[in-house]
Amino acid sequence: MSTATTTHAEVARREQPPMLVAGPLAWARTNLFNSIGSSLVTLALAYFLLKFAASFIDWAFLKSVWTVPMDPATGKLDPEACRAAKGTGACWAVIWDKYRFILFGRYPFDEQWRGAVVIVLFLGLFVVSAMRRFWRKELALIWIATLAAIGMLQWGGVFGLRYVPQDEWGGLPITLILATFGLAFAFPIAVLVALGRRSTQLPAVKLLCVIYVEVIRGVPLISLLFMASVMFPLFMPAGMSPDKLLRAQVAIILFAAVYLAEVIRGGLQALPKGQYEAADALGLSYWKKTFLIILPQALRLVIPPLVNTFIGFFKDTSLVLIIGIFDLLTSGKVAVADPIWQAFSTEVYIMLGLIYFCFCFSMSRYSRGLEREFGQSVRR
Amino acid sequence: MSTATQDAIVLDKVNKWFGQLHVLRDVTLNVAQKEKVVVCGPSGSGKSTLIRCINRLETHQEGKIFVDGTELTDDTRALDTIRSEVGMVFQSFNLFPHLTILENCTLAPIWVRKMPKAEAEALAMEFLTRVKIPEQAKKYPGQLSGGQQQRVAIARALCMRPKIMLFDEPTSALDPEMIKEVLDTMIELAESGMTMVCVTHEMGFARQVADRVVFMDQGEVVESGTPTRMFEDPQTDRLKLFLSQILRGH
Repeated sequence: MSTATTTHAEVARREQPPMLVAGPLAWARTNLFNSIGSSLVTLALAYFLLKFAASFIDWAFLKSVWTVPMDPATGKLDPEACRAAKGTGACWAVIWDKYRFILFGRYPFDEQWRGAVVIVLFLGLFVVSAMRRFWRKELALIWIATLAAIGMLQWGGVFGLRYVPQDEWGGLPITLILATFGLAFAFPIAVLVALGRRSTQLPAVKLLCVIYVEVIRGVPLISLLFMASVMFPLFMPAGMSPDKLLRAQVAIILFAAVYLAEVIRGGLQALPKGQYEAADALGLSYWKKTFLIILPQALRLVIPPLVNTFIGFFKDTSLVLIIGIFDLLTSGKVAVADPIWQAFSTEVYIMLGLIYFCFCFSMSRYSRGLEREFGQSVRR
Repeated sequence: MSTATQDAIVLDKVNKWFGQLHVLRDVTLNVAQKEKVVVCGPSGSGKSTLIRCINRLETHQEGKIFVDGTELTDDTRALDTIRSEVGMVFQSFNLFPHLTILENCTLAPIWVRKMPKAEAEALAMEFLTRVKIPEQAKKYPGQLSGGQQQRVAIARALCMRPKIMLFDEPTSALDPEMIKEVLDTMIELAESGMTMVCVTHEMGFARQVADRVVFMDQGEVVESGTPTRMFEDPQTDRLKLFLSQILRGH
């Protein structure tokens, strides 16, 4: 027997790898400085990165102008200080002056708190729907109740709220309405279209689905929005003209459904044939097989491209600019058109970019969480 | 037609083509109640296609197939009823990876036979115990070995209390040390009186359990008879050749 004994403390010490083998210094050594060329590139990139960061911080925070005084003669804001700083400092004063217009469009000033509540309701809805423990039948009721509340807040006319016609809606609530209703309705349609395209028993259904997908995919969303906005009323009986927002909403739903359908169809195809056969061999009817076996697996397979499509469509809602609906981006553009602030569009677009980024990045992170959670049972 | 004595499976001059390829030629085969039939043959002989025609995973173009007295046609509702009486075990197990073992077994009884969940779970545990893996009930298929997965597949099929069990090369995808545990399960099932049609290369299993061995080659039934007669006294040259290839070393 060896006479050397080890105490517990000694063993614990030995289990820590030396600092140059693992940890951030080691990572830097192997990835950034592993050769002369690599080290030079690292140093050059670090220099440019730091220079850019320094000048951005300088422009955005150090030399920026946060407020401008009011000109007592005209009662309007005097942007001289901003103009003087143009090129060297950001003018965040435009944001302080215009943020309510950017967020709420032409919604009446006093009623804009309703728009804020609507935004909060949407955020709450997304957060609750994202948490898996709420995935029960009650969630459908929560959705219906929340969407009804949102409609009631936006329109008004009940509970003492002033009625606000749809022409005056705008800003972030419009973007959220178009995106949420759009994708919520497009998804079930997409599932049916994807299943229809793979149908072997009903060739008529399959043909219809193929035509629908190919026609809609063949035209840009802008042209669909135009057609919905201009042509739709021509086909309706006189006097009956569905409002502009509804037309845009329907166009977005039909368009998104097609792209989602193709993503889902990819998942259906990727599923091994044996799964379909095992379900058939057990005597499961078509719909039971589809909802219990096929769709749960197919949808888990295509989480990355599905979320990708969702993120894309969230931003595509900005195309309603073309038909004169004031979504978030349009409101931003119109805010900058104000003669006082005409030169300061950069700052406004940075703010808009940040808002879009927050939503899209959250969706992206959520998708990674979903993949991690569901990957466990799908891994074969 | 008395239900007590009618054959479990009747194939009458069944022909099938895959495009231009004639894969089943005038196949006529009767399987009696409680009979155990092993179908063997070289690869491409049509034995898998034949067994998949019995529960209409493949459709035949000519001839008739009767399962438990009912003819197999395009009528989907009758088909679902037939399929719930015929259990199938696949070469690649085909367990549902997004469900636990228990859920795999209770799915069909709950949704096809409309059994209450508690009753279905008790039934599933009974069959999981019978295939000797009750402790795996809460795991997912990906966490089990191949032999265990195949036994779960057998239990899943048995939970529907089928009258007939079809096996499509159940041990071909398994490591040798796991083949025995699956074959033992199948032997125990055979001895309990189940009607079985089994496509397999395991001739030891055939000898022990089969009432009849059917040899197929190039889409037709070449020879059939008791295992003893087939292995010891093959009549046709094709069977002699096949046996020499497969029984090398037995």
